[in-house]
Amino acid sequence: MTVAIDRATGKRRGDREPKPGPAGRLRRGYQKHWYAYAMIAPVAVVLGVLVLYPLVYGLYLTLTDANSLNTARTIGVNHIDATYKFIGLDNYADILWGPTAYDRFWSHFIWTIVWTAACVALHYGIGLGLALLLNQKLRGRTLYRLILVLPWAVPTFVTVFGWRFMLADGGIINSALDALHLPSPLWLEDTFWQRFAAIMVNTWCGVPFMMISLLGGLQAIDASLYEAAEMDGASAWQRFRYVTLPGLRSVSSTVVLLGIIWTFNQFAVIFLLFGNTAPDAQILVTWAYYLGFGQQPRDFAQSAAYGILLLAILIVFTSFYRRWLNRNEQQLAI
Amino acid sequence: MSSTTAETSAPVSEQRSRTPRVRRRGENTLAGSLASHGVLIVASVIALFPIAWLVYLSLGPDTDDYLHPGGIWDKMTFDNYTFVLQHTQFFDWLKSSLVVTLGTTAIGVLIAATTGYAVSRMRFPGYKKFMWVLLVTQMFPVAVLMVPMYQILSDLQLIDNYFGLILVYCTTVIPYSAWLLKGYFDTIPFEIDEAGRVDGLTPFGTFFRLILPLAKPGLAVAAFYNFLTAFSEVAFASTFMLSDDKYTLAVGLQSFVSEHDAQRNLMAATAVLIAIPAAVFFYLVQKNLVTGLTAGGTKG
Repeated sequence: MTVAIDRATGKRRGDREPKPGPAGRLRRGYQKHWYAYAMIAPVAVVLGVLVLYPLVYGLYLTLTDANSLNTARTIGVNHIDATYKFIGLDNYADILWGPTAYDRFWSHFIWTIVWTAACVALHYGIGLGLALLLNQKLRGRTLYRLILVLPWAVPTFVTVFGWRFMLADGGIINSALDALHLPSPLWLEDTFWQRFAAIMVNTWCGVPFMMISLLGGLQAIDASLYEAAEMDGASAWQRFRYVTLPGLRSVSSTVVLLGIIWTFNQFAVIFLLFGNTAPDAQILVTWAYYLGFGQQPRDFAQSAAYGILLLAILIVFTSFYRRWLNRNEQQLAI
Repeated sequence: MSSTTAETSAPVSEQRSRTPRVRRRGENTLAGSLASHGVLIVASVIALFPIAWLVYLSLGPDTDDYLHPGGIWDKMTFDNYTFVLQHTQFFDWLKSSLVVTLGTTAIGVLIAATTGYAVSRMRFPGYKKFMWVLLVTQMFPVAVLMVPMYQILSDLQLIDNYFGLILVYCTTVIPYSAWLLKGYFDTIPFEIDEAGRVDGLTPFGTFFRLILPLAKPGLAVAAFYNFLTAFSEVAFASTFMLSDDKYTLAVGLQSFVSEHDAQRNLMAATAVLIAIPAAVFFYLVQKNLVTGLTAGGTKG
């Protein structure tokens, strides 16, 4: 059995002591850990009030038929009471199996999966490549690093406006494609090209984070490992495969998970790029927002139900991901 | 598997013995470094171009100049900027953006730092569950939280209030910042804590006097993340801020765009103006980015 030392107090945790009663244990636990609890208390309170309670309330909303016509609201001086009623799991059944469920849920679901997989693969691949290049001894690498991080520093809505200019019909990208006698697609109108453009823009936004995190990971790999590998005659590819990749494993598994979660819930890019003009390019998050806030009457219940489904998908995915990592004897850094 | 490695290692050693010049580790061949520079230059151009293009377009005086970018060069002017600054509530929006963003950054970093320290140094009952909660909180889609949050905030009279928006942003930024800072605190040797304790500091004293000053790079990255997230958030801000002099820049730009739908030159100028505060903040913290994230990513 490993003996964990509480690093702040230096006390051993493994020591056996006579077992106190439940009240005593509670008091002793409080005495021993009160500063730990005091330090996490602000977060716990804020998350509890503004996340946990809304979640429970949102969960309740999904079991009703609430929309903007029957919830409590105040028009002028008149207060109208809520009239929505409890309808059980009907919202979920309607989303998953109801008529036109394919158009409303499953097509968005498939596109969300494709979107997440494509974006995270591109983020990771390009980010790793650039990180490897930046990790060499190279003239001007500080400048390169500064420029390459820049997309992260620009607020997303500014980025997206910039891209909309470039992608517009007659914008710079299509002009360039025309000049090269290549077909110029309607980036902002045609469904396929809308999706393509969304992935492109999100890749542009997301690579810097991956690059910087992986660069950090690369710099933390012990240089003597490379020396040893080179002494043993390992080729560049073998050094990459057997030293670099294993050394990056813990940071990779963490940033990939975060990347998947963030991309899955990436609201700003698609919402700002297309607004309400592209029903087929909406991922589940933006679609749920559209149901709840972008249409009249606003359908709060369905929107919340989509949100709960999204959360459920992510939680299930994360549990499997964790289990898979544990089977490969890796620990997630979180 | 083993046979292939044996085969490949043989030609490698042959090749090494044939090369006359001794090459130090970490040095590149000329072709290799040329290729690296080439790729990095292409990547830098791709990274810079959309921003540079937006700045360039913002200098064109006419609405459809973006269709004939060549013509802008001869008639560059700052008219768009003066128009936006005079005809919108830009400075009101800037003020509310700065209040909300800096508030989120300060409160978020402080709370995330205490949390990160607690989970980095102390193994208290409920530790695992708490880390799991921090991860799950990041998965919350906007759509579930929006309606209930609106109700809570209006019950607390925090709708259309800077503090309400700051609180909402804190819930979105703190989980990741806390995780990031935990990683950074893990790299600070805990002998330092012990030294502080021996010299009679309380756990809080150790944290504030010894650990925080050592964790500057980590704090800078967390601040950067908080600043950017709060600065560019649209969905919450447009729902929770009602009066138009309290809009943040992101929301203000949106409303300005819908009013002046066709005036792309003005949109471009507004977008550039908005990017400036973020760029300034980025410049202040960028030196710490790699060091700060290094630690955050690698230690469990």
